[in-house]
Amino acid sequence: MTTRQRPSTSLLGTTALLFEPPGEMNLGTQQRIWALAHEAGAWPEIREAVPGMNNLMLTFLRPPRRLEALEALEARLADAWDAAVARPREGRVVELPVVYGGAGGPHLSDVMAHTGLSIERIVELHSAPLYPVYALGSHPGYCYLGGMDARIATPRRKVPMLSIPGGAVSIGGAQTGVSASPGPSGWNTIGSTSMCFFDPAQDPPATLQPGDMIRFRVEGIVR
Amino acid sequence: MIEVLSSAALATVQDLGRTGSLRWGVGTSGAMDNLALAAGNLLLGNALGAAAIEIPVFPFKVRFGEDCAFALTGADCAARLDGQPLLPWWVHQARAGQVLALGLPQGGAQRGTRAMLCVAGGVDVPEVLGSRSTQLRGAFGGHEGRSLRRGDVLRAAGAGAACKTGFGLVPPALAMPLERDGLPAVRVLPAAEYAGFDPASRSAFWAGEWKITSQSDRYGYRLEGEALRPIAPMELRSHGIVPGVIQVPHSGQPIIQMRDAQPSGGYPKFGTVIEADMWRLGQAPIGSRMRFIETGWDEAVAALDEVRAWLDKVARMVELHRAAPGARR
Repeated sequence: MTTRQRPSTSLLGTTALLFEPPGEMNLGTQQRIWALAHEAGAWPEIREAVPGMNNLMLTFLRPPRRLEALEALEARLADAWDAAVARPREGRVVELPVVYGGAGGPHLSDVMAHTGLSIERIVELHSAPLYPVYALGSHPGYCYLGGMDARIATPRRKVPMLSIPGGAVSIGGAQTGVSASPGPSGWNTIGSTSMCFFDPAQDPPATLQPGDMIRFRVEGIVR
Repeated sequence: MIEVLSSAALATVQDLGRTGSLRWGVGTSGAMDNLALAAGNLLLGNALGAAAIEIPVFPFKVRFGEDCAFALTGADCAARLDGQPLLPWWVHQARAGQVLALGLPQGGAQRGTRAMLCVAGGVDVPEVLGSRSTQLRGAFGGHEGRSLRRGDVLRAAGAGAACKTGFGLVPPALAMPLERDGLPAVRVLPAAEYAGFDPASRSAFWAGEWKITSQSDRYGYRLEGEALRPIAPMELRSHGIVPGVIQVPHSGQPIIQMRDAQPSGGYPKFGTVIEADMWRLGQAPIGSRMRFIETGWDEAVAALDEVRAWLDKVARMVELHRAAPGARR
């Protein structure tokens, strides 16, 4: 048996803990994250368990009083992770028509410059997978997707944009996603689509849930 | 009824924030100076987290359509009621038709930047996902999911009710000052990527002065100082973050996440301003300079206790005033 690298736990002030298991990003790990979120979310000192991309944030209802109590909570979390079993979810598939490039995709050229690939190849690689929704975050209704082709990974922008529009399809590092409303972002916008992702009057308010799938259909490419 | 008479740029309805919807991508919002909000509500006998109007740009003017007790906390803005000067951090009584005007924050280097207008019973807007705070990004909560405009009419839930007025309190900035080498300071707990920064950058962060640039708002404060350099570039997976997190994008100039911050991010995290000090940051003016103080878990939790103890003291003081004879309407 090989020695397993331990998960890391770090502080987000006195408000939350961040739990990050080791290993390559994949759906199996994410399914275990969903299981861990389900369990830890019910602990009395936890306000909310918030899955990220192969990681989990736990916000405190009330932070542990002493460092020892905090360390005990961290140990309990590591044990729960070891015991967590992947829980697959059969979600629905949603197709989103995308216009790549042009005014709606101003950073497509930056992705070209970074990857050395042509527009056609980037669009082909981006629209090929069925992307599972790993988690929601960033802004109301926004979905973090797994499964992007590593060949089109592009670092986040040196200086974040003060605003990108709703429906913006973008790449940040090895991830891709669609903005649900206009706002600031450090990601590279490569195209645009339209879809209502969030309605606070609905229960749940978000249209898509972890486990649902997104497919990007190429509606057009603007050079 | 309270009618907004000025253009009211960026004024919003806020309470103590929206918790429990992070997993839908909904950030907390809430008052930038949560202590000013809580204290203003205590002064009025409101629930601690009743909604109020947060005012970051001046002049600001409202007309009361009916008798209404109100408290002004946060930045001291030389307020006047029908031209009569008002004390800050104080409970006042407005009569129907009176106009409340707030001017520029005063107090020199000690000045705040956001005033809180708390009203009897709280601002009566619908609760959305458990809070009355304005979710600007999601365009819901608060007053129609947006900042206030001239002509907007708000309702105070307790307007017309009897409320003891004519007393106030010492602002928390005076009661609990925090400075380092002559500059306002906030305490920071190191975060996950702290050790990934160059040792010289780590020292510079604690030793240096940081300027709050004009690109600072309810979403985040962009700072200017000696650039923070990672030992090696870090590209992270997106994960949950909270207000107070200090992110360092590739430029090396840190950004502190504030109340309207996204609930997730991916830039390396240098540290987190502790929750107990977020109200200080909420009052720090654009263009001003500040410092960071490194802290540990026990001290950070004790700082929350200190804030709670101050609020308890305020509550006891208010009780004495409200119980005293001669209650005025």
